[in-house]
Order: sequence, then structure tokens, then C-alpha cells
Amino acid sequence: MKIKSPKDFWSGLMFLGAGLFFAVWAAIFYQMGTAVRMGPAYFPVLLGGLLAVLGLVILLESFVAEGPPVPAFALRPLILLSVACVLYGYLMKPLGLFVATFALVVVSALGGHEFKWKEVLILYAILMLGSWLVFVRGLTLPFPLCPDFIANCPIS
Amino acid sequence: MEIFHNLVMGFGVAVSPINLLYALIGCLLGTLIGVLPGIGPVATIAMLLPVTFNLNPVAALIMLAGIYYGAQYGGSTTAILVNIPGESSSVVTCLDGYQMARQGRAGPALAVAALGSFFAGCVSTLIIALAAPPLAEVALKFGPSEYFSLMVFGLVAATVLAHGSLIKAIAMVVFGLLLGIVGTDVNSGVLRFTFNIPELSDGIGFVIVAMGMFGTAEIVANLELKENREIFTKEVKNLWPTKDDFKRSWAAVLRGTALGSFLGILPGGGALLASFGAYTLEKKVSRHPEQFGKGAIEGVAGPESANNAGAQTSFIPMLTLGIPSNAVMALMIGALMIQGIAPGPQVMNEKPELFWGLIASMWVGNLMLVVLNLPLIGMWVKLLTVPYRYLYPSILVFMAIGVFSLSNNAFDVLIMAVFGVLGYICVKLECEPAPMILGFILGPLMEENLRRAMLLSRGDPTVFVTKPISAAFIIAATILLIVVALPTIRKKREEVFVEEI
Repeated sequence: MKIKSPKDFWSGLMFLGAGLFFAVWAAIFYQMGTAVRMGPAYFPVLLGGLLAVLGLVILLESFVAEGPPVPAFALRPLILLSVACVLYGYLMKPLGLFVATFALVVVSALGGHEFKWKEVLILYAILMLGSWLVFVRGLTLPFPLCPDFIANCPIS
Repeated sequence: MEIFHNLVMGFGVAVSPINLLYALIGCLLGTLIGVLPGIGPVATIAMLLPVTFNLNPVAALIMLAGIYYGAQYGGSTTAILVNIPGESSSVVTCLDGYQMARQGRAGPALAVAALGSFFAGCVSTLIIALAAPPLAEVALKFGPSEYFSLMVFGLVAATVLAHGSLIKAIAMVVFGLLLGIVGTDVNSGVLRFTFNIPELSDGIGFVIVAMGMFGTAEIVANLELKENREIFTKEVKNLWPTKDDFKRSWAAVLRGTALGSFLGILPGGGALLASFGAYTLEKKVSRHPEQFGKGAIEGVAGPESANNAGAQTSFIPMLTLGIPSNAVMALMIGALMIQGIAPGPQVMNEKPELFWGLIASMWVGNLMLVVLNLPLIGMWVKLLTVPYRYLYPSILVFMAIGVFSLSNNAFDVLIMAVFGVLGYICVKLECEPAPMILGFILGPLMEENLRRAMLLSRGDPTVFVTKPISAAFIIAATILLIVVALPTIRKKREEVFVEEI
């Protein structure tokens, strides 16, 4: 058998996998209940089964109908942007807003077409000041500003 | 004249200085993100949701609504001048709007788009005022089985109207429903699919999913494209359309408004579908279909009126039934819930100042937008010269702040990144994220109503087809599915979405 429509093949596989996972997991770990008193497993098993069937149909169709290939993934921006966001989240508590914003701006800028330190630093300065003034001073969001190890933060 | 009385009350609320200010902020922000490609109203509203926590409910909704319809105005500017849809609902405006700009007629194109949108905005505001109260009246009589069937109908309609493969859209809805039930089961208290992660016990935040799927995924998709813009800034001199332009476009504006208002009410409808539908309609009824794609002013007037009308009438199901018809409305429901207001037909009676104030603010907002857009067009155009490499890190900073501030938790940001990757994969595999988002928000509601309906009927599933209103929804959903699955119509449907782009 030859895959004629790769986009459908992979999306079918994704839906089939997700559907099976939800249905099987729910069926094993949660109570099914009855139609009158539905247990926590009832709805997910029903929907997971439906999703698996839909996925299977899409998968099988991909061997019949012609379709375009899956376009190449832009892995560099995808990975760098995701990492940048995650860094921001996990650096906030130990190192504070200014460091976290720096990590986010620099790492995400690396994902673009061109990277110039001067531009990125200016952008960082603007965004850092902006988020501090608007969100911390203006909207009083409780973000840590200085790193943990500085006992008396000079900025408030 | 109760409506008259209510509208007067609504205007009283809408023109209070503080609400005027928030309407202005919403319209400005909406135009801004409408003009800028690569960021849409969904991501923007999601970013601002945490901020609205500190506002009063009326001001919060007025501002968020302004962002949605404001984006429809802004999107047309980019489409006409740069040939890039600033907003997805302006895709079809590129076709004729940009051609007009190349012929040195950018001014009339922009003016017709703005005036058509304004007219559509006025009419659809009136339609909401007229249609919402009777609908809410009916909805108050709905029981769990009616609600369940209504949601089934809504989701089916949403998939039928999404572009691309029908079966993939249905699969995305089901996927969304499943993701929506992650968290604590309200009936039994059992933690479902949480994998012992405490942050998941309240479920995955809707805002986080929306920002990942529509925010980060979009930015990555944009970064793949080369920056290549040809802007007709200097051509924008003569704004006023000629007599001939008016003669050709007034009927198109009327048709666009009517079609857009109708398509906006449908679940899954809204601005995007309205503009596509209107363009196809204009091409069909025109006596010069060969001019389309070469700078026909009807091709700008129709869709631009339609997308604004659709954006506004899509508030009707949200306000009267508490059911979102598209991702933006799902966020509006989120905004209501942040304020402690349960969305549904009772909102109109319990919070009349919110309901009528919001409606009146739409008219006020539309007036502001015409004023903002026509004379200030030069300023918006300048924005387009800002390179994307400055824009996207800024957007990311705002998204990360928004998500982090939801509960001061790094895990939320991680989840956003995960959904960003998933959203990007979906884009690559041609699976529309919008139906999934709808499923996601409706998942817990559907399960709850299904349970209640089955409990009331003692486990008899025929309750959904024996109760008349419920049966009507189920039959309508079935007919829709069958009709769309028919080969001839299936082909036609694909044509409508594919042909124009």
C-alpha cells in the first residue's frame, strides 16, 4: 500500500492515537457508570471511540485519494519560540521579570531571519520598561522583579 | 416601545465617560492588531482577559467587543495597501482591493470599505437589539436535552462552515471536546487525565489553549514567510469615491450586510465566513464578473460590509444562549465568567445595563472607527513599515505576561508552548484549529447537559428526538451533515473556500 495523501495519513494517525488514548485510559482508570448515572469514564470513552473511528477513516482514505505532501516544518523558529516562552515562565520565580523578559526576547529573536544584538537589546529595553510600567506599576500584577538572591530589591 | 426604551438606557451606559474611554481603547487596539498581520483578535483578547479582571463587567465587554469589530476595519487597510490580509476575514478584500490600489485608487477602496463597514455595523446593531430579546425568551425554556442538541447542532454547523476537509473538522471538534474534559469531574470529583499534575486539576485554561493555537503557532507560521511587502502609501490621496463608485457599491453593501448578518448568527459563523460568502455572492450577481480580481469595487464593498456585520451578529448566540459561535465569542464567555456572570439567557434580565450597554457601545464604536480609520489612515499605514522581527518578540512578551499572570504559574506557560506546537502541526496537516477551540469550550457543558438529560429521562436516549425543540436541532444537524457530504455539494463547498484564495 502506498500513502497517497501524507497530510491525511498523519492527521488520521494523530486522531486515531489520541482517540484510543482517551478511550482506553478512561476505561481502565475511571468508572463507566450506566446511561442513567454516567460515571466519569462514560463521556470520554464515547468520544474517544468516535475520535478513533474518525481517525481510522481519515487514515484509510489517505491510501485512496491523492493529496499534497506535508510541507517542511520550520523547526528553528518553532523550537526557539517554544523554548523562549518556557524559559520566561520558569525563570520568573527565581530570577525576576527583567531576566525572564531578557531570555524571552533574545531567544525568540534568534528564531527570526536576522539577528542583530544592537536591535535586540533596544527592543528588550523598550519591552522591559513597558511591561514594568504597564503591568507591574499600572495593573499591579504581583511579578517578582529582582532575582531571589537579592534580598532588598531596589526596584518596586 | 420597550426596545426603544432599552436602547436609550443602553446609550446612557455606553456614553458614560469611562465606557467611552474603554470603547475607544478597544477600537484603537482592534484597528492596530487588524492592521498588523500575524496577530488576530483571538490572541489579543486572550492576552487582555487577565487585565479585565480589574475592570467592571460592562467596561470589560465593551473593550473586548471593540477589539473584534475594530479588527475588521483595520484588516481591510492592510489587505488593500499591502495585499496581505491583516485579518483572516480580509483575505478576499486583497483580491480586488489591492488591484484598486495598484491602479491608484487605494483611497476610494479604503473609503468604501470603511463606509460599508459602518453601514453594516449600524444595521447589525439594530438586528441584535431586535432579535436578541425574543431568542432569549425561547432559550429560557430550554432544558438539558434542548441544550445538548443545540450544542450538537452548533458544533456540526461549525464544522460544515469551516474550510477544508469536513471529516478532519469533525475530528478536531471531538479532539477539542476531549481536551475540554481534562480536570476534575464535577459529578464524581474524580481527577480525569491529570497525570497527578496538580495544575491540571482545574482543567486546561481556555485562554492558554487559545493563545497557543492562535498565537505562537501563527507567529511561527509567519516567520516561515519572507518579509516582502510592497506598500502603496503615497497613493492614498483621493479618499472620496466617485459618483460611479457609489452607484456600483451601494447594492453590494446592502447585500453584504444582509448576508453577513445572517451568517454571523450561525454557529461557526462570524466575520470570516461572511466575507467569503459575500465575495462569492457579488461575483454571481454582477453583470461584469470578469472585472472581479481586477479591481472591482463591489468585491471590496460586499465582503467588507459582510465581515463587520458577521462580527457583530455573532454576539447574538453568545448573549442569548450563552453558547459561543466562534473562538472570539468563547473568549467573551470567558470574560463574563471571570466577572462572575454565568452566561445564558438570564443575563439580559439580570444585567440589562450590561446587555444593552454593550449593544449601544457597538454603534458608538463603529462611529469611532470610521473617524479613526479615514483621517488617520496615514498613521496606520506607517505601522506597516515596522518590520516583523520587532513585532513578534513583543507579541510573545505580551502573551507570556498574560498567561503567567493567570495564576502566577510557570506551568501555564509550558502548556501554552505545547499547544503552540500542536497548533503548528495542525496548520501543517490542514486541520483547522477553530473547530477544536469550540469543542474545547463546549466539552464540559455538553457532558453536563448529556448527564442531566439522561438522568431526567431515566437513561432513555430517545429523549433527544421526542422533545420537539431538541428534535428540531438534531434533524437540522443531520440534514446539514448529509447535504454537505453529498458529492456535488461537497465539491461546491470546497470551491467556495479554495477558488478565491
